[in-house]
Amino acid sequence: MNINTTKVISLLFFIFSVFYLYTAYQIQVFAFDENAPFNARTFPIYLGYAGLFFSGLKLILPEPNTIKVDHKNLEYKKTAILIVIAIIYGATILKVGYFLTTSLFLFSSYYFLGERRWVLMFLLSFPFVAAFMYLLHGILDIYLRDPFLQSIGVMG
Amino acid sequence: MIEGILIGLTTALTLQNILMVMVGCFFGTIIGMLPGLGPMTAIALMIPITYGFDPATGLILMAGVYYGAVFGGSTSSILLNAPGVPGTVATSFDGYPMAQQGKAGKALAIAAWSSFAGGTLSAIYLLFMAPSLSKVSLSFRSPDYFALMILGLTAIAAFSSKGQFLKAMMMVVLGLMLASVGQDSLSDITRFTFNNMNLTDGISFVLVVMATFAMSEALTIILKRNDPTSAAKQVSLTELGSIKINKEERTKMYKTIPRSSVIGFLIGVLPGAGATIASFLAYGMERNVVNDEEKEKFGKGSVNGLSAPETANNAACSGSFVPMLTLGIPGSGTTAVMLGALLGFGVQPGPRLYMTNPEIFWSIIMSMYIGMVILLILNLPLIPYIARILAVPKNYLIPLILFFSITGIYVMSFNNFDIYLMIGIAVVATFMRLYDFPMPPLILAFVLGGLMEENLRRSLLLSNGSWEFLWDRTLTLCILLTTILIVVWHFYKTIIKK
Repeated sequence: MNINTTKVISLLFFIFSVFYLYTAYQIQVFAFDENAPFNARTFPIYLGYAGLFFSGLKLILPEPNTIKVDHKNLEYKKTAILIVIAIIYGATILKVGYFLTTSLFLFSSYYFLGERRWVLMFLLSFPFVAAFMYLLHGILDIYLRDPFLQSIGVMG
Repeated sequence: MIEGILIGLTTALTLQNILMVMVGCFFGTIIGMLPGLGPMTAIALMIPITYGFDPATGLILMAGVYYGAVFGGSTSSILLNAPGVPGTVATSFDGYPMAQQGKAGKALAIAAWSSFAGGTLSAIYLLFMAPSLSKVSLSFRSPDYFALMILGLTAIAAFSSKGQFLKAMMMVVLGLMLASVGQDSLSDITRFTFNNMNLTDGISFVLVVMATFAMSEALTIILKRNDPTSAAKQVSLTELGSIKINKEERTKMYKTIPRSSVIGFLIGVLPGAGATIASFLAYGMERNVVNDEEKEKFGKGSVNGLSAPETANNAACSGSFVPMLTLGIPGSGTTAVMLGALLGFGVQPGPRLYMTNPEIFWSIIMSMYIGMVILLILNLPLIPYIARILAVPKNYLIPLILFFSITGIYVMSFNNFDIYLMIGIAVVATFMRLYDFPMPPLILAFVLGGLMEENLRRSLLLSNGSWEFLWDRTLTLCILLTTILIVVWHFYKTIIKK
């Protein structure tokens, strides 16, 4: 059976709207606000119904121009690797520090995307991040937390 | 007004602000050239840099990036037939054939002069229109604002969705839903936080912009195996030809530029429309206005056909600032990003902006003139060289975009949760992009969500819970009727197409 992915996304959005609407009704409001013309749950309730309306219409109405995506030609592997690297980067940036994690993130991303010019990869990671850090921290006075550089005494 | 212009000039002509316009124009031109990466991505990537500046400087930088990106888009349209931004698609109709005839230099020069003239003329229109509209909009009340936001969201859904209106409306609702996360502004009651403290203050605007544009566009390029820089490698510095425009061509441009700038500006002012529609309309109008002999040249390298969309798309950029500066309601996704950044600075755009923060209001307008001059200088002699710089392989480009996105969130919150949330939203956005779910309506809705709820709250409380406020005032009713007209027109157009 050929499933139209747009319809599947619309169905997921419909389910999400049901969940959103249910959660909207569960929002606790102050007792004196319960019967007010507008309280903290009024707008989300309207949004929930709007979500149901539009996704419901999309589900019911015929698709004017079906979008076909050729999944065989999509580069899932490299995309997934990049996402994983980004997650690891996000998980370590606070503990290890901005300089080391960012430089390693850039270096590994270049590598996994197929780059093998090592000198250029190095220049566009470690020195590049150092220069960018100087721009943010040194010139623009934007604070960058970096325990690693602090531990080796480079950053105050 | 003279006093305002002087205030604007004093702010815009500081060394720092001139430098920011230059940096913005240069960066915007480079990003705008890359097919797939538009002005919204360019501005989003600039947000972390603006944290270190005052609001006027930050906005001047972002405005420079905006028209730089539109300029850059026209260059790739002419040289590579690969429009960098949707607003420059019409430019390729006559620009690329001209380049193929060995007149790439001339095409670039016509585009540069037309953009300069369109941008400058529309900045003059903005100069006169914005203060007057600000005064008028002081009489707007909550129901009018609420209706205006509905109009803006419907219009952007209708115009940006390529015939997929329902998909765009779903994205509008999703944007509003994301905006509803966190504390209610009046009662401080938390909503949709699921006892997660990180969500108490809501989802950051920068996070959503970075995730749905910069990060998701980078992931889409990898996923679809696109290489936005590959075409740039083919640009030859020796085959561009002369950039001189002869007298006959100049005469044609003198006629085209004024009318296209008016169309572009007016379309830009309309909520949801913007540079793409403006350029197509100007191209279509120009084709109808010229004589039969000239009409035959359209699509084959016509000077009028190139000048009209280029003038209009730049004029539309200035026009789109009008609703943002005067009403506090952005008319396009790009100005929505700027509005979000302004709110981040603690500045509330709207009718009172030019009274409370005249230096911001006027310096943006004044910096547009400076920006146009800089872009002209940049475009004419330097474009072939900038196009060469673009031959940076995507293996470097993509990690750098991801790096800028994550850094933007990191310096803002120092929080792992925000980075995970951004990656999560980016993955969902990338998947939805594959199926043509448009992102600009989501951003506009996200920015307007809080304001919309606030105005609906006031309207409903004043009318004691009755929805009569929607037709009590003539202005509110007119705005709503316009909204209905857009929806009906859109469905009519869809049915006619079928």
